[in-house]
Amino acid sequence: MISEESKARFATEVAKYPADQKQSAVMACLAIVQQELGYVSAESEKLVADYLGMAPIAVHEVTSFYNMYNQQPVGKYKLNVCTNLPCQLRDGGRALKHLEEKLDIGMGETTADGLFTLQQCECLGACADSPVLLVNDRHMCSFMSDDKLDQLVDGLRAQGNK
Amino acid sequence: MALENILAQFQSSGAQTCFHGRHISPQILAGLNGSNWRLQDYQARGGYQALRKVLGKDGGEGLTPDQVIATVKESGLRGRGGAGFPTGLKWSFMPRQFAGPKFLMCNSDEGEPGTCKDREILQFNPHIVIEGMLIAAYAMNIGTGYNYIHGEIFQIYERFEEALAEARAAGFLGDNILGSGFSFQLHAFHGFGAYVCGEETALLESVEGKKGQPRFKPPFPPSYGLYGKPTNINNTETFSAVPWIINHGGKAYLECGKPNNGGTKIYSVSGDVELPGNYEIPMGTPFSKLLELAGGVRKGRQLKAVIPGGSSTPILPGSIMMDCTMDYDSIAKAGSMLGSGALIVLDDSRCMVKSLQRLSYFYMHESCGQCTPCREGTGWMYRVVERIENGQGRPSDMDLLDNVAEDIMGRTICALGDAAAMPVRAMLKHFRPEFEYHVEHKTCMVPAYV
Repeated sequence: MISEESKARFATEVAKYPADQKQSAVMACLAIVQQELGYVSAESEKLVADYLGMAPIAVHEVTSFYNMYNQQPVGKYKLNVCTNLPCQLRDGGRALKHLEEKLDIGMGETTADGLFTLQQCECLGACADSPVLLVNDRHMCSFMSDDKLDQLVDGLRAQGNK
Repeated sequence: MALENILAQFQSSGAQTCFHGRHISPQILAGLNGSNWRLQDYQARGGYQALRKVLGKDGGEGLTPDQVIATVKESGLRGRGGAGFPTGLKWSFMPRQFAGPKFLMCNSDEGEPGTCKDREILQFNPHIVIEGMLIAAYAMNIGTGYNYIHGEIFQIYERFEEALAEARAAGFLGDNILGSGFSFQLHAFHGFGAYVCGEETALLESVEGKKGQPRFKPPFPPSYGLYGKPTNINNTETFSAVPWIINHGGKAYLECGKPNNGGTKIYSVSGDVELPGNYEIPMGTPFSKLLELAGGVRKGRQLKAVIPGGSSTPILPGSIMMDCTMDYDSIAKAGSMLGSGALIVLDDSRCMVKSLQRLSYFYMHESCGQCTPCREGTGWMYRVVERIENGQGRPSDMDLLDNVAEDIMGRTICALGDAAAMPVRAMLKHFRPEFEYHVEHKTCMVPAYV
């Protein structure tokens, strides 16, 4: 279940909106759930729905509409590589391919040890930094040459195996 | 090494993309170095003086809301998010006398491929956005605002929260600002991955805690916006231009650019250039100059084409682009749009079919599914472009593509349908022989594409 700390963060988000518009905090609350639990389960949706006074299906509509919510468990580190046109012109596709080889998985898959999930994604809004990727939704990594990708994966792997 | 430290090594510093010293007369990005984003730094370079001037806290009489709007109108400032609508006129649409709650929205949901300017404004100069919003709120008599920040730039959202906390602590945000009687509450909101939420009414739906599906217009946001209340929405860069305009006057801003295209503009240059990044230059600067600032075409290759204003704007051949100046009117005359000012540069090694394939995939992926022409049409176009790319194209495919694109245009609730259709039509208009070559030879005319 969700921690007290996360619930306190829910309250901070709800406070941003008029008292009769708690639903506005749903996206933030779901992101907080995902940060703590790794993905948004039906059970978590129910919890958020109860907290905000929404119907669970209304919460599920949000989870399923926005790209970044994980509706299934993912690896400990989710890597999203941008391959949209500006990145495609500057090695975005090559970065994705390099990670596929390095991690020995295909796009959309998770490594057997559960450490990495690799996905392609749409525009991150950092086109001049290409190749770019996101780690666990919240950390953007810029100018990811093959060397840097190796360094990142090795660093995360060492961290994840601790 | 802790996780945070591992990831911090790969964080962008802005050194290559923003602090390169190759802006021309910058206003928004002036004097930045990456570490001077905090309130005290902003004030040291003259920040919040425009707000003081408006509120009459600099010894002067202050400006009335009408005077602020008149100044913005005079400046010729046009919306920097893509539509280019005159900002002062937009502000005058708000029913200022409406007694109930009214809302001010900043659209930082920057997801149009090629565009990466709002991210750097928010990262390196967040208070300029806050000050611009404050002045806008004063001019339109608005009490509450939200900044909708692209979910993928979560660290920027966190930074903006920090900047808000600084502004609140210093009395620039909240109740009775600087003792003026004017109050404004401002909060940060983050998206979580939906291109369509950059459309203003989808953005409102999203803030209301729903799927980001655009609303039918009219009614427009000034009459029915967030929670059904009068609402004004502007882009991050638009708000950021406001403090300079107030400090220096509308006329001075207009004179920075050219008639009907006032001020400076931040251009995001990506793709096949030596030095991709953001360049703040006066409106009306020749494209050739901007290309030179960005280091020219990569590896000394030839310029093939440019998508001048974000991925949805019609592509232009390099030869046409080299005759353009960077402003709304010149790019429109050339048959495209300035859009968000994001230039995607393609050199002569690039295959147009493959380039269009990736863009068409994006629009299919990001269609919200509400309108049939867009939901079905974007997938249809992608599948046709994909089969041409894969050597399975049919001779009739080019006409089919053009036809599907034409049938989407103007037949959807929001502009995403047009955004998906325009690149297809422009590619066929300017580069049809490449598509025909693909169909006929089942291979690419320019096979060097990586």
